[in-house]
Amino acid sequence: MRFQCRRLQLRQGAFLLQVDLEITGQVIGIFGSSGAGKTSLLEVVAGLRRSAAGFIALDDHVLMDTSARKFLVPEQRGVGYVPQDLALFPHLSVRKNLLYGHSHATLSSRVDLNHVAVVLEIESLLDRSISQLSGGQKQRVAFARALLASPRLLLMDEPLASLDQELKSKIIPYLKRIRDEFQIPMLYVSHSPEEVTQLCDRVIVMRDGKCLRISRPEELFEASTSMALKPGVYDSER
Amino acid sequence: MTTDDAQVIGLTLGTATLSTLIIFPFGVALAWLLARKEWPGKSLVETLVALPLVMPPVATGLILLTLLGRRGPIGVFLQNAFGTEIVFTWKAVVAAMAVMSFPFLVRTVRLAFEEINPRLEHVARTLGASPLRVFTTITLPLATRGMVAGAVWAFARALGEFGATVLVAGDIPGRTTVMSVAIYSDIQLGDDGHAYQFLGVSAVLAFAAILFSNQFSRWGGAR
Repeated sequence: MRFQCRRLQLRQGAFLLQVDLEITGQVIGIFGSSGAGKTSLLEVVAGLRRSAAGFIALDDHVLMDTSARKFLVPEQRGVGYVPQDLALFPHLSVRKNLLYGHSHATLSSRVDLNHVAVVLEIESLLDRSISQLSGGQKQRVAFARALLASPRLLLMDEPLASLDQELKSKIIPYLKRIRDEFQIPMLYVSHSPEEVTQLCDRVIVMRDGKCLRISRPEELFEASTSMALKPGVYDSER
Repeated sequence: MTTDDAQVIGLTLGTATLSTLIIFPFGVALAWLLARKEWPGKSLVETLVALPLVMPPVATGLILLTLLGRRGPIGVFLQNAFGTEIVFTWKAVVAAMAVMSFPFLVRTVRLAFEEINPRLEHVARTLGASPLRVFTTITLPLATRGMVAGAVWAFARALGEFGATVLVAGDIPGRTTVMSVAIYSDIQLGDDGHAYQFLGVSAVLAFAAILFSNQFSRWGGAR
């Protein structure tokens, strides 16, 4: 996937998101500390926030172009979104959550429910209510729901941030399966070097609303077990 | 209890039900706009809606009388357009109840909408749902308990409405006398026993309405 985000400007009070980049990759990480603008960027890509200026395209599919007065509303973008709190619909069963976006997917691109359920091991959960799921099960159901709408792009906003280390290491293989099995490109927001290294092929480093650099994960982090950021990452401009 | 008493109770229940039904769609729509959207004049509308909560009910009644009376702008319009007179009829009772109970409905339903995580609606949009589908399949079902509670509170408030009603609809036996007004009249006439009968009925109705609201909330919470 070629992701273009040109001359993007979004002001929220004193905070200014200013992004101008083009990047190619299957799973692109967006890495940075809290307040760097990662979630804001995802929300602009999803069409949930409207920026004052900018151009966003996935390959040749233009999502917004303010100079041409083009703005696709979220339901027309074909962009799946898994927020940090997952936002599963609490009044619907697991099956109804999964099928919510399924009917909107075109027949040719439609991802099969049974296939997704098998890959993410949620077949036995379909008739449960959301309140009956554990943290890890909720995570997998949220991934499955986004996948079943057959998006062109999946946006993952720190989906593992609320999990402990043990559960995290159990969920990461499912994300790898999604990457490898369904071949749907992802923008993966995280401030965990471990997740970024395991899942992403390219990483955008953000700070104070700006893109500092674009790298391969192995260029960003020390290869030691500490997974610390290499010195100078935040200092270097692209 | 006489047939006249039954008529008073029937008129009270009927007008309170009708006023609740009339304000419900407007109250829900306004509550949603206040909870979810930013628009010019929002603060002014918020204040206007809350006014009947803090103003003396008789003062609200006077405003209604001015607007709906034979020389009032709305009264003249309704008279010319439909040949309908409002003041000192059962319609004035409904109008007074509607105005006085509207803030209760809007505040309760607004809270219900505000409690819904907006990300649920955002995610539904990214799953391909139009704003209307998001509203009907996500927002409304999740706000159901709040909407029922709001309607019950509005109904209970309408049952007890007195100050605005007596000013705009008066106390015309068989036509505009509702329970609260009947209690006042009975006390004025020294018929305390009769007033206590209406007091008992009012208390039972209000108790039943609030009990229903609480039970419904519990049932909804346990789903």
